Amino acid sequence: MIRFDKVTKRFPDGTEALKDITLDLPARQLTAIIGPSGCGKTTLMKMVNKLENPTAGAIYIDDEPITGMNEVQLRRSIGYVIQRIGLFPHMTIADNVSLVPKLLNWTADKSNERSRELLQLVGLDPDVFMDRYPLELSGGQQQRVGVVRALAGDPNIVLMDEPFSALDPISREQLQDELRHLQQEIHKTIIFVTHDMDEALKIADTIVVMKDGQIEQIGTPQQLIDEPASEFVRNFIGTERINQKRSFGERRLKEFVSLFDKDWAGEAEQADAKLTVGDAHQLLEQSGKPRLAVVDEGQLVGYAGERELLRAALQAGKGAAV
Amino acid sequence: MNAFFDTLISRQDMIQDAFIEHIYLSFVAVAIGIAIALPTGVIIARYRRFAEPVIGVTAIFQTIPSLALFGFLVPILGIGSPTALIALIIYALLPILRNTYAGIVGVDGSTIEAGRGMGMTRTQILRQIELPLALPFIMAGVRTATVLTVGIATLATFVGAGGLGDIIYRGLQSYNNSLVLAGALPVALLAIGFDLILKWIEKRATPKGLKI
Repeated sequence: MIRFDKVTKRFPDGTEALKDITLDLPARQLTAIIGPSGCGKTTLMKMVNKLENPTAGAIYIDDEPITGMNEVQLRRSIGYVIQRIGLFPHMTIADNVSLVPKLLNWTADKSNERSRELLQLVGLDPDVFMDRYPLELSGGQQQRVGVVRALAGDPNIVLMDEPFSALDPISREQLQDELRHLQQEIHKTIIFVTHDMDEALKIADTIVVMKDGQIEQIGTPQQLIDEPASEFVRNFIGTERINQKRSFGERRLKEFVSLFDKDWAGEAEQADAKLTVGDAHQLLEQSGKPRLAVVDEGQLVGYAGERELLRAALQAGKGAAV
Repeated sequence: MNAFFDTLISRQDMIQDAFIEHIYLSFVAVAIGIAIALPTGVIIARYRRFAEPVIGVTAIFQTIPSLALFGFLVPILGIGSPTALIALIIYALLPILRNTYAGIVGVDGSTIEAGRGMGMTRTQILRQIELPLALPFIMAGVRTATVLTVGIATLATFVGAGGLGDIIYRGLQSYNNSLVLAGALPVALLAIGFDLILKWIEKRATPKGLKI
């Protein structure tokens, strides 16, 4: 868990980027920090690996203050993905990915194995890509490597600074989906800075909305849509999107099967695929169980939790057939 | 033409000695020039506020006509190879310094930020990212400096430091065109030769991933 305790950041020119922020970021979840540019979201994230230091207050990782920690050691234990990708152009994909493992003095075999495994995980065939150079790859592929590089040292925490915002819309959607799936496997504590509300609603477990160096609201995507805490949050989410969410009730679950998880080990409430998304959401809430087991013509077609329903609602709102 | 070959053969020893002297002067000057300018370039790339004054000073040296610089140095250092070497080193500094600085400063900020965020130390960033990516620029600077030095080393003869300038000067004084040519031609070939070799090295120094 990452804790910000009364953190204030004042830059030498007098601007206050962060004003007395106290915040707990849950472990092993994806937290999106969102806000307009200049709201301090990137500064907040960069404090976790000491790329920025607080003027006042303290930051704790697993209850240990990072103030006294060696910044180089700390950074090696935290994954870092930046917007402009920042792969090293003179190094092969293999060298890029194994950089942190090398810094951590892993054996060549171990880091090699890890690189291959991770590349596979993001759909890049290691045999094809290991010996290529970054400039030979498309933007989407490069950022996949960027994500892999951040995960290579097996960090518990991964910081992502608007990692997909420089990509074309199609690659962006793909990488968002992949990150979601990846996170279901790796369960890292991910801090994801973005200014794109669609992105945040789609991928985050928790969203922190910031404005002018302060926190406007913290909540799950659903909470933000149901109860925006202020006019600012409401506007930021967009009235349109909130209305969309309210009108999703007409579309049926079976249209969105591809969004649902195929496996789920925990408890689930059975739901008919003919239910509307709205009714399904109500059923889920009433059941108190984490997921719905969606059944179509007597056959199990997938598991849907709150997030999947929300995504279905978003898709429904866009009018996109799935 | 025959007279030229006769001169080449009859003065073979002298020309050979001058040639070797010339290479020696140029080589030592460029080597010391690199030893000074490369670290200085790295330092001013890190402490950017020093960049302008330091490059400015070397640029001023560069603007002093070469013969005048030799002239300035003689009263201070007397005549001989050291005087010639110092003048040549001064000329070699600017191209190497400027290119080292520009090469490092030109490295994409996002790669540096990524390196820093991943926990690389400053030295690791310098050695594993900045220098490899700046190497083609640095080599281009070395090439410019070398060609420049080979040319200017011709003037070393005026401070008694020898080199192919000796042959040219002697030829001029004795109205012996063949002898002038016997000095001038090797200088030209030397400059062109170094240029070609260093151009090849420059290409080799460009990281493979950047040639795409």
